[in-house]
Amino acid sequence: MSPETSAAAEHHHHPALAHHFDSLAEQNEAATLGMWVFLVTEVLFFGGALMAYSIYRSWYPGAFASASHHLDVTLGAVNTAVLIVSSLTMAMAVHAAQLGERGKLKAFLLITMVLGATFLVVKGFEYHEKYVEHHIPGLGLPFDYSAEPQFAATAQIFFSIYFVLTGLHALHMIVGLGIMTWMYIWAANGTIDKDYSSPIEISGLYWHFVDIVWIFLFPLLYLIGRHASGAH
Amino acid sequence: MSENHQHTHIVPLSVYYTIFAALLVGTALTVWVAYIDLGALNTVVALAIACTKATLVVLYFMHVKYASKLTWAVVSGSVFWLLILLALTFNDYLTRHLLTYG
Repeated sequence: MSPETSAAAEHHHHPALAHHFDSLAEQNEAATLGMWVFLVTEVLFFGGALMAYSIYRSWYPGAFASASHHLDVTLGAVNTAVLIVSSLTMAMAVHAAQLGERGKLKAFLLITMVLGATFLVVKGFEYHEKYVEHHIPGLGLPFDYSAEPQFAATAQIFFSIYFVLTGLHALHMIVGLGIMTWMYIWAANGTIDKDYSSPIEISGLYWHFVDIVWIFLFPLLYLIGRHASGAH
Repeated sequence: MSENHQHTHIVPLSVYYTIFAALLVGTALTVWVAYIDLGALNTVVALAIACTKATLVVLYFMHVKYASKLTWAVVSGSVFWLLILLALTFNDYLTRHLLTYG
């Protein structure tokens, strides 16, 4: 970062301030707005997928309740808690960034990444269980629903939607881990400082959004008709 | 935007801890209530809890409570367009059985 040489008398610009903004405050406002506009498209992206879920669930409520019982509520609930803790550590990373506490910022980013990776590992175990139970539709894999043959076809619709929704969510988690790695590097090399915390803030917006998606996916996929003891 | 105003509102950690606790309680509540037979209300309650949790995350973790009016408008816009998507599509699919053609 070269020091300002042209205008020694004036206050020198922060190296992160782009020339088309008057101040870091204005730049931060634009960055926040930009991330939110992106998140609007994400809301509608997941909204479309949830729309498909809603229609098929309204058509095949029995099959959805039956197939939902094959998901592991404990693992789903644990993963929900893992993401909520990661949202707290992300918020604390933003807090540390705003106060210019670099050590804490790096620590909280690292914890957030570890929690995100934990979520994906648990998800991996769940996917593997579906593979073992022959509950993965398509891909030429055997699909076995012989316990309730009346749902043999329609349960595949539930599991297709389950894999699309959780798969897209997991993809967002992986992208989030990439962003957090990037932010960790920026925190470590001093790009982020007390006056320029907005990259951490808008990365946090993305991370919290992915948490919100899971907040909806967990009850909608795992908890359908759990009170009915008849099906498993 | 006033120039002398601090460019970011720093949310106290106590607020984060409170929201965190509320989110964990909400998660426990949604699991607990799923095992109670409320009929058609099970889904309504599950969605109500999820919407409450999401609102807490948006307002506090995502700082929208402290954000500019423009950000408020964009965030509200996402909910508004999502509701259009859901309402118009349900308007078709959930009413088909009411009419017969031919």
